[in-house]
Amino acid sequence: MAVACPKYPLQEKGFSCGKCCTKIENLQVTRGKSVILDGINLHIHCGELVALIGPNGAGKSTLLKALIGEIPYRGRVSFQNSLGRRKAVPTIGYVPQRWDFDFGSPVSVCDLFIASQRIMPVWLAGRKKMRGKISESLRRVQAEHLIDRRLGELSGGEIQRILLALAMEPIPELLLLDEPVSGVDFNGRQMFYRTVSRLRSDYDLSVILVSHDLELVSRYADRMILLNKCVQCVGTPKQVMEDEKVKCIFGRVLPKLMDQEMRPSYIEEGSM
Amino acid sequence: METWSGLISWLLPFSWAQHTFMQNALLAVLLVTPLFGMMGTMVVNNHMAFFSDTIGHSALTGIALGVILGLHNPLGAMTAFAVFMAFTVCNVKEMTRSSADTVIGVFAATAVALGVVVLSRGGGFSKYSSYLIGDLLSITPGEIGLVILVAAAFLVFWFTGFNRLMLVSVHPSLARSRGINVRFVEISFAVCLAVIVTVCIQWVGILIINSLLVLPAAAARNMATNMRMYNLVSVLIAVACGIAGLILSYYWDTATGATIVLLMALCYMGTIVQKRIWG
Repeated sequence: MAVACPKYPLQEKGFSCGKCCTKIENLQVTRGKSVILDGINLHIHCGELVALIGPNGAGKSTLLKALIGEIPYRGRVSFQNSLGRRKAVPTIGYVPQRWDFDFGSPVSVCDLFIASQRIMPVWLAGRKKMRGKISESLRRVQAEHLIDRRLGELSGGEIQRILLALAMEPIPELLLLDEPVSGVDFNGRQMFYRTVSRLRSDYDLSVILVSHDLELVSRYADRMILLNKCVQCVGTPKQVMEDEKVKCIFGRVLPKLMDQEMRPSYIEEGSM
Repeated sequence: METWSGLISWLLPFSWAQHTFMQNALLAVLLVTPLFGMMGTMVVNNHMAFFSDTIGHSALTGIALGVILGLHNPLGAMTAFAVFMAFTVCNVKEMTRSSADTVIGVFAATAVALGVVVLSRGGGFSKYSSYLIGDLLSITPGEIGLVILVAAAFLVFWFTGFNRLMLVSVHPSLARSRGINVRFVEISFAVCLAVIVTVCIQWVGILIINSLLVLPAAAARNMATNMRMYNLVSVLIAVACGIAGLILSYYWDTATGATIVLLMALCYMGTIVQKRIWG
């Protein structure tokens, strides 16, 4: 089935809240002979949480993997900071999908942070000096009590918060979240999205969040993008949820969404 | 070597420590086992046990290659072939996207078959059977020099590359997002592994070299809660079993490599029991 690629305006009015901007221009990814992503044009501004939705195999994860440089692409990605200076690649923080951990692996949270920030081997590096800094990072996601736990012991929600804290070190210009909490329970997901949303405003981050969690994500996202090989639809969560294509792919989620918005939010932050 | 010999005779006034071959073997054990203990941690974490086994087996093909080329000492051909195997397996794994163990299995079988076919031509395979079991006691001072060189090179790699290797083992995409060249890290570790396994194979033996690599780390994994403990325990088990195995093999008159591996297996079982009982 050929997917039509309508031209959408690159910038939606009223969403650019900062001057820094990650520009994705004409990005194309091919694997063998098949085109996975085509003609992707997006501007992501700071302080903006962009939710990327789409059916399975739409190329959402591929787009993020292209941005971190794992998958080669054609086209241009550039970053412009608030002073208008351009550079080729923004500083990227990346939170991968939940994956099957090797439960026996003796990598502790502390090890993970040291290994990501130091050249000195983990088993040799002085821990005392680093611990304070690591605790501080973990505090951002309310996880400082997990510092000495092995990764294999953590619950899905806890691991993802740890990875979020890691992605915030150093503070990224573009934060990429690839279905970060699929398979995590409702409270865990809610807490995760809240934390992301708070970090976004605290640090003025640009965030791209891939998710199937339409109802929940639409509450936190500033902008939603329907991706299926190319950008199919861009707009506010409400606009996108009303789009025919979205309804076609995801069924009618809109009534449920309205319902959710009516309900009082009974889970307060930090309840986990 | 004289200083070492004098030191050993003075420090260890036992009958086994008076033989030059035992002194050399002890030095070799002290050099090689910590290396294997350290390397094993990442072999186990990266699920490369099968890969390192293949490298060990490919030594046969390397020897065969040496025979065909008419080399007196096949070590060069063995190393070259092992490095070639490391590259090929890494690349084929990437290209075919099929499960790593299948790809590696195919290569292991091919390499062994090729080696055996060439070496058994004319019924002369028994000449090479010493490679299967290995003989640590045959190590010469010149070879110890080679081991020192390899160990030094490895340590440089281990100090500069360990963190990256660990991150790749945790999650390749995460490592990539932090600017790590995942393929480069994987291939350099594979090459490193190939060289060390090949250099040591004539003393340890093709059949058991992989156990020497995997067992200390596997045992340490059962006990460790962080990377420092993991590395430390793995190295300690490797060295302790290495020395004890060497001495026992002298008194029992058994193959040294296999004796060491047996002790390591005991350690591994001990850690499992310990984990079961004390959690």
